[in-house]
Amino acid sequence: MKNKWLFALQLGFTLLVCAFLIVPVILSILAGLTVNYLVGLESGLTLRWVIEVWNGYRDTIFLSIGISLACLAVTLVIGIPAAYVLAKRQNAFTRAIEELLVMPVAVPGLATALALIVTYGGLPGFRTSWLFILVGHVLFTLPFMVRSVLAVLSAIDLKTLEEGAASLGAGFWPRFRDIVLPNCRTGILAGSLMVVTLSMGEFNMTWLLHTPFTKTLPVGLADAYASLRLEIGSAYTLVFFLMIMPLLLALQAFAKPRPKKFVAEETE
Amino acid sequence: MRPETRRLVLLLLPAGVFFAAFFLLPMAQLFFIGGSGKTGWAAYAAILTDLNYFNSLVSTLGVAAATTIVTLVISGISGVFLQRHRFPGNAALVAMLTFPLAFPGVVIGFMVIMLAGRQGLIGQVSQAITGDKVVFAYSMAGLFMGYVYFSVPRTILTVMAAAEKLDPKLEEAARSLGASPWRVALDVIIPGLKPAFISAGAICFATAVGAFGTAFTLATRINVLPMVIYTEFTLSANIAMAAALSFVLGAVTWAVLAIARTAAGSTVAAAG
Repeated sequence: MKNKWLFALQLGFTLLVCAFLIVPVILSILAGLTVNYLVGLESGLTLRWVIEVWNGYRDTIFLSIGISLACLAVTLVIGIPAAYVLAKRQNAFTRAIEELLVMPVAVPGLATALALIVTYGGLPGFRTSWLFILVGHVLFTLPFMVRSVLAVLSAIDLKTLEEGAASLGAGFWPRFRDIVLPNCRTGILAGSLMVVTLSMGEFNMTWLLHTPFTKTLPVGLADAYASLRLEIGSAYTLVFFLMIMPLLLALQAFAKPRPKKFVAEETE
Repeated sequence: MRPETRRLVLLLLPAGVFFAAFFLLPMAQLFFIGGSGKTGWAAYAAILTDLNYFNSLVSTLGVAAATTIVTLVISGISGVFLQRHRFPGNAALVAMLTFPLAFPGVVIGFMVIMLAGRQGLIGQVSQAITGDKVVFAYSMAGLFMGYVYFSVPRTILTVMAAAEKLDPKLEEAARSLGASPWRVALDVIIPGLKPAFISAGAICFATAVGAFGTAFTLATRINVLPMVIYTEFTLSANIAMAAALSFVLGAVTWAVLAIARTAAGSTVAAAG
């Protein structure tokens, strides 16, 4: 009897927490589709606000997609080799490197952005280009790619696999392409999803790094929240939800067997 | 150098060069600029000696500590509950609780406005019941709510992963020896989850100390350090002070995570 009460109490609490997280999402989706949110749903449903967002902020959406894909490309190219090295040599030196690589995640984005501005803000062509934002995003997302790949590489017996291939006469590049890469594809996929999702939503750094010509989606969101009516802010948020929803669902599917993989994790 | 070692160095080089050029060098630059203002290196002490900065430091640490405690309590209860009891709808609850995982700070701020803002749900409900419209989104209370909203999804994931590894036999043993559910939680479950609580709590704390988007969406006059840094940089154009303050802020979050890592024995990093 007592256990039933306890169960009901905990379930009730968990449902309340769920409501706290989900109700505002639903409210915001409704607000983005309602003619007048203050009047309520009776005022009717409309796509007017979504269309207004599309016309006014289309560029920010494309820029964000572009930057997140570029960010993915860079983290793949420089992150996977780095993770491979960290997996091959596990000593104090590589641990220190790993530690350093994670610093841009530990240090607030505001500080990193200021550091980039005081160092490279004077280069006019660079400061005003989207590459300036890309640099910040790569710094912030690289650790997630490296850790994700490193976690997989540390879990498999890389040494034996590589020795086997080498004894059959495979040189380094064939080994890397045909043994290492296929074996860590789950890590690469998980890392990629994380990188794209994070880059798409990055604001702390981007707000300082952006210029009027390089506004990303979250920057546009902040603009809209500050200056436009609630319905437009909501419609814009709805567009953002639609864009990250597939990424989130994929991440959740991945997170199920080993949820800790996406929280920074100890690799042994 | 052996050819194999040379190859490994070459593979690490692109990431290393990128990192040195765009993080280590800029951070060193930031450090020196922090000491180049009117007050020189004293700028680094200003966070303790200047009453305005010190007050924002205190309120920043205060809201971060409150966020951490409340988030750990909420995630501890719900996380262990969802891990221990399999019932229809369990997976749906987990999916809903972790859905906001990748929301950026600005969107979190907007969610707080939907709940507690001028046109928010809490205001409407309270007006209907008592006649008074309760609006607290644009204050420290709203910021606190936003940080809890942000932290609960990732903390629940960590708690659930840790609870999965707890040995249920220990709880059964405690129960068979006559321990009440409360004592079991206090003496068996909470000590078992301690490393997860430390690492998740540190991430919570560090993120709340350094976050900027939520405060920015809610109100620019919320007195927390990231907003102060932003104001120094943009409105006052006091770049040296902004640099010094953000360097200190970075050092604080990094130190919190480093201490937690030693205490919990696992690698910890902030997010968002």
